Amino acid sequence: MNEIFNKSRVVLKQKTNSIIESFNSYFDEVGAITKFAFRFFKEVFKPPYELKELLKQCYIVGNKSLPLVGLTGFIMGMVLIIQFRPTLAEFGAVSWLPGMVAVSIIREIGPVITALICAGKIGSSMGAELASMKVTEQIDAMEVSGINPFKYIVVTRVLATTLMIPVLVIFSDAIGIFGAYAAVNIKGSVNLNLFFSQVISSLDFIDVIPAFIKTFFFGFAIGLIGCYKGYNSNKGTEGVGISANAAVVTASLLIFIIDMIAVQFTSLIT
Amino acid sequence: METKTINIATLPLEKPHDNLSNTVIEIKHLKKSFGNKKVLDDVNLSLSSSENLVILGKSGSGKSVLIKCIIGLIEPDEGSLMVLNKKIDELKSNDLNELRKKIGFLFQSAALYDSMTVRENLEFPFRNNKLLKESDINALVKEALEDVGLIDAIDKMPIELSGGMRKRIGLARSLILKPEIMLYDEPTTGLDPITSKEISNLIMNVQKKHLTASIIITHDIACAKIVADRILILHEGKCAAEGTFEDLINSKETWIKSYFE
Repeated sequence: MNEIFNKSRVVLKQKTNSIIESFNSYFDEVGAITKFAFRFFKEVFKPPYELKELLKQCYIVGNKSLPLVGLTGFIMGMVLIIQFRPTLAEFGAVSWLPGMVAVSIIREIGPVITALICAGKIGSSMGAELASMKVTEQIDAMEVSGINPFKYIVVTRVLATTLMIPVLVIFSDAIGIFGAYAAVNIKGSVNLNLFFSQVISSLDFIDVIPAFIKTFFFGFAIGLIGCYKGYNSNKGTEGVGISANAAVVTASLLIFIIDMIAVQFTSLIT
Repeated sequence: METKTINIATLPLEKPHDNLSNTVIEIKHLKKSFGNKKVLDDVNLSLSSSENLVILGKSGSGKSVLIKCIIGLIEPDEGSLMVLNKKIDELKSNDLNELRKKIGFLFQSAALYDSMTVRENLEFPFRNNKLLKESDINALVKEALEDVGLIDAIDKMPIELSGGMRKRIGLARSLILKPEIMLYDEPTTGLDPITSKEISNLIMNVQKKHLTASIIITHDIACAKIVADRILILHEGKCAAEGTFEDLINSKETWIKSYFE
């Protein structure tokens, strides 16, 4: 009896220790990311400014993501129409389709889906690129050349995602509404002017502005997490894959957290 | 391209200095641990201007950590580290960056920037230099590439280069700021004997041309024989033996001789 009791006590102690350890490492990670973000804000205003690299990163983040984001946006708009139509038809409210889809896309689905797609594409590539630079000592090489690698690599990339994700979201929203227009015309014929006048009339500033502002935070989170995971990679070549994966998972989670805060904040001010 | 005649590498080999008076690196009682493992344990060494110091030691004996401490990539736990009369641990980040421009570092993997061409790799150290014109930088890039015999590789990407070529380009990038000190982290590792010899000769002739003081970390005894003015053996984080190549190879201590077998 005593032996069983002792064994259970040991197992319980082990489980408790492992839970405490997980909590500790979680808070360590949150602390390290916060410190990394503070360093970003400290370095971003300090000269010299790496404008050429910033433009290059904006091109990579923005231009090279256009096809993927555009296609996703188009499909998103079409799917929403196809899903909403039967329900609205039951209530005889098919004419609400353009307005309803526009509000859904602009307020919520457009920004979140685009940010998630970008977290997958851009966040993972940043995580992997920086981790492989770390493994092959390229970051150390920059440092010994007297160049601040944090400023050159991290600041430019985080700024690029912060500036480009909102642009990509606007692009995706626009394509999404075109996708919706195309889907509406599969089972009917709606005039383009009529469709867009319904879209515009259903939107208010309170739908557009908070949704637009939160995309800057999404972009910041994607860049920051991608760079943090890559810059702090420390497990050799295995670390490259781990960093890419962790960048996507953490950035996606952060996108949902930011979205929840943004929604709460918007509902408070309205 | 690999076998092309190298300008400075083909100069006659000779140890270029007889005067080892000015100390450029002075390390006293340096200690560094990672967790419970003592990597450097009371290391003392000095390097004079134009001197080539080779550091030998088993893998994990702390050689790479030592030169990373010298350049400020790793912070030591204890001890004093003077480089070009400046205490590394007391420098602010801007001053440290300025000092680093006087120190060249050739990484074991050459650490070329994958996303840049050879030209961009070599131009990179000048990116915040407003004093030099583009034409001056271009001339310096060409001179550095001619020095390592790879001028034809100027517009290639690092992925297109062989191991020996990458090392040479890495060396050219380290030398482009005309450093006073060169730190080589296993410059011949992973290269065939012929290319290793070419790199060793290149190190000697770089020293001859630029009068740099160098610390060369290597396992390659042939390389040590060519380049060393003085050899230091790091053993379990301590400076265990020191002398010229001849002193150490003729040592009566069997553990010292084992490095040269």
